[in-house]
Amino acid sequence: MAQNITLKDTAREVRVYSARTAVAVFVTSVALTLLLARYFSLQVTDFEIYRTQSERNRVQLQALPPKRGLIFDRNGKLLADNRPSHTLSLIPERVNDMDATLSRLGELVALSEDDVEEFRRKLERRRPYDAIPLRFQLLEDEQARVAVNRHALPGVVVEAQLLRHYPHGALLAHVLGYVGRINESELETLDTSDYRGTFHIGKVGLERYYEDRLHGEVGYQNVETNAHGRVLRVLDRFAPVPGVDIALHLDIDLQRTAMQALGDQRGAVVALDVATGGVLAMASTPSYDGNLFVNGISSRAYSALRDSPDVPLFNRAVQGQYPPGSTVKPLIALAGLQSELVTPETTVPDPGWYRLPGSSRRYRDWTLSIRGTGHAPQVDLNMAIAESCDVYFYDLARRLGIDSMHDYLAPFGLGSRTGIDTTGERSGVLPSSRWKREALNQVWYPGETLSAGIGQGYMLSTPLQLAVATATLANRGKFQTPRLVRQVGDAAPETPVSHYVDAAPEHWDAIYQGMRDVVHGARGTARSIARGMTYDMAGKTGTSQVIGIAQDAVYDEEAVAERHRHHGLFIAFAPIEAPQIALAVIVENGGGSSAAYPIARTVIDAWLMREGA
Amino acid sequence: MGDYVRQMPESSGGFARAPGASRLFHVDLPLLFLLILLAAFGLVVLYSAAGQDMGIVARQARFFLLGLVAMLLAAQISPVRYRRWAPWLYLLGVLLLIAVMFLGVGAKGAQRWLSIAGFRFQPSEIMKLVMPLMVAGYLADRPLPPRPGHTLVCLGIIMLPGILILRQPDLGTALLIIASGLFVIFMAGIGWRYLVGVVVLAIMSAWPMWMFVLEDYQKQRILTLLNPESDKLGAGWNIIQSKTAIGSGGWQGKGWLQGTQSQLDFLPESHTDFIIAVLAEEFGLRGVILLLSLYLLILLRGFWIGMHAQSTFGRLLAGTITLTFFVYIFVNMGMVSGLLPVVGVPLPLVSAGGTSLVTLMAAFGLLMSIAAERRVIGQ
Repeated sequence: MAQNITLKDTAREVRVYSARTAVAVFVTSVALTLLLARYFSLQVTDFEIYRTQSERNRVQLQALPPKRGLIFDRNGKLLADNRPSHTLSLIPERVNDMDATLSRLGELVALSEDDVEEFRRKLERRRPYDAIPLRFQLLEDEQARVAVNRHALPGVVVEAQLLRHYPHGALLAHVLGYVGRINESELETLDTSDYRGTFHIGKVGLERYYEDRLHGEVGYQNVETNAHGRVLRVLDRFAPVPGVDIALHLDIDLQRTAMQALGDQRGAVVALDVATGGVLAMASTPSYDGNLFVNGISSRAYSALRDSPDVPLFNRAVQGQYPPGSTVKPLIALAGLQSELVTPETTVPDPGWYRLPGSSRRYRDWTLSIRGTGHAPQVDLNMAIAESCDVYFYDLARRLGIDSMHDYLAPFGLGSRTGIDTTGERSGVLPSSRWKREALNQVWYPGETLSAGIGQGYMLSTPLQLAVATATLANRGKFQTPRLVRQVGDAAPETPVSHYVDAAPEHWDAIYQGMRDVVHGARGTARSIARGMTYDMAGKTGTSQVIGIAQDAVYDEEAVAERHRHHGLFIAFAPIEAPQIALAVIVENGGGSSAAYPIARTVIDAWLMREGA
Repeated sequence: MGDYVRQMPESSGGFARAPGASRLFHVDLPLLFLLILLAAFGLVVLYSAAGQDMGIVARQARFFLLGLVAMLLAAQISPVRYRRWAPWLYLLGVLLLIAVMFLGVGAKGAQRWLSIAGFRFQPSEIMKLVMPLMVAGYLADRPLPPRPGHTLVCLGIIMLPGILILRQPDLGTALLIIASGLFVIFMAGIGWRYLVGVVVLAIMSAWPMWMFVLEDYQKQRILTLLNPESDKLGAGWNIIQSKTAIGSGGWQGKGWLQGTQSQLDFLPESHTDFIIAVLAEEFGLRGVILLLSLYLLILLRGFWIGMHAQSTFGRLLAGTITLTFFVYIFVNMGMVSGLLPVVGVPLPLVSAGGTSLVTLMAAFGLLMSIAAERRVIGQ
């Protein structure tokens, strides 16, 4: 200790301390200057960068999805509307821990694996700060649970949006089609800026065909948001342009009548307004509920629909291709008259079968197995149509030849798409020797002409094609492209008349008379529906084979499995003197036309007797 | 002339009758004036940073008043007495730190708090004051500049609580407390070659520190500092948002309560550790310069008190307290502006927080006690 005291030198100590204080003042001054320089560089040198960044933080460009156009029937009844629905979305930039957030959300709302998988897929292709939808149509209590826990779920937003709704469900699924969530392949072809903020797009049917009109134009708004993504105020706004409303020719009551008339049977009804070509009803059974698809159908429900042997997703009215059977006979008869191969008075002997010259094969008339003979010793055109005499048309077909027959039938719309304004339409087959050469690389055999003469063999047509052909008959040759849509917004597009089928007035009359007698004649094939009818209907029955029946074999309905029974068809228009409605009915495996013509009567009755008709 | 300058602040407006009372109560008026000015500015910023929550502001104001009381009390005790108490306070501090190891409570894997009779406090907070007292007290008796042997003893005194706090773990506080001990040795005049040696040693120990001492989250903070963009939404978020807040303030600032970064919650910890970003955003570089000026004046006053202290103990203590105060400012403003890694250091007198504010005011009380000793002896 003594040493310490001796060495204590206060003067030196103060000198050293002063020097150290000077160093400390210098160092702290330099350090504070360094800080100042740092803040200067942030606040002055790089001011613009950070100002922009802060604006980008604060202000977000939000897409305002347009309201999808509504769809009405011809009387202004709503067929497709938009309903408010709450969607749970996540803004990934704001979510701290995605997995934890998803599992927490799974406790609050029902989340299927599909939802999460779909979400993760969307996560990979998105714009920064876009809200990615996770669950649609939150229930009220789910909304409440999310709202209560919102503070613990940064980046989770619940947005109200309008969602497509089809009030009539299965009644109109095949007419309207449906919207569904935009999928990846659609994303690649879409103009994504048009669809920002929109999660749905027309997938099939009218919804798809008129997508660009129904969708509208996207709007934008700049909003101020806080760090949690909550919108505080709208800075400026460019309103979206709503989609255009669409009115159909279709009458929902007639559609319901047609669907109910088909009932549990598989089949289709297409009813056209003769004056305009507008579709009054387009039924296809079985059907499905389009609402299922709006938010992504579960894979199980989808496989059930897809794999059902009744193919409910298949729109039989435009996609179903059936042998038209005897329903083509009026057209072939008209071809015979126009080609002057026959006159209304020409008769053909009918023993119940027909044989090509130089051939031993017998082509049977349908009466043979029932009555053991033909319709009459001599059959004329009227009887051939009214009683659906096969022998008469075997003979006429042979004399016409397949290519001439093709050329007479094609203007009625057979063998090509009618051009209706919906998706999935098929063209059917109107065979010719050239068609067979090109499609099958085979030569045409004369026997095949006979089959074609009664609407069998290669010939296939859709119910829509048959309805259009019938309407063309009813219009005395004026061919109008069928249309579902009557009005788009304020514009009423004219249904285009593509061409006329030229025929002499007396020839039309002869065909009309034959078709009248199908219903009203004493031996008409559909005479059973004439009872109590207050108008004149022109019709034609048809029965088409599902499987080939071996020659001389007897078709026994009971013995043939249900799926192998004949299809029943019927075409009709009414009233004959001033046709208003033309239709085609097919009942798959209905056994015969008797399954189809009562449906036609029901539908036409409903249309002609409707209120205000 | 020198006397006149020294007298000026004491006789300036508003305190016309003060000199007598201020001397009686050992109050250093320039320092008090600067502290009140700073705290007032701080409360204005806090009102905005806390989302205009008057409750938080009132709470902070109450803590400031409590701090003033602590300061006044601390100023009444003479430096001689502090020096006498220093070893006992030090012993108490170390015992409390050991108690924390066994009885402490804490959060997020760190044990920092002691709960005695329902009153929760951090013993490391006490150590902030006790460390300079102890080291200064030890060296005050010894010949200065300190000899190697004494310096080694000092290092022992410093590292014992330092390591205890490091193990809590609380790297930020440990480094600040260790630094305050080292500042005493520096102010005592230790040779430059030792200082250079320490710097070399520090650089050489960087690698072993990284490998063996630093926790993962601490390494992450350093990595984030080097490249905030690497983790935009995690650790980098804070620093990106605070830099954005500061930078977007510009020269003028966006105006009080108008800072979008702070008001819209983009800025984390906006009323505690990151409050300087709110100030910079709303008051611009002008506000930052004002704040730095106030700090600089306080620092200069602290060094001035040290220069004029009458005892070795007073000198060492005053210089050390002032340097430690500076370190708080530098570390906080450096970390928020992205110069330094993120450590939990508040901005002195501005950040919301009670304990640190009271400790800090008590330290200024020590300064005032030293200043009063000068005057007492001077008279």
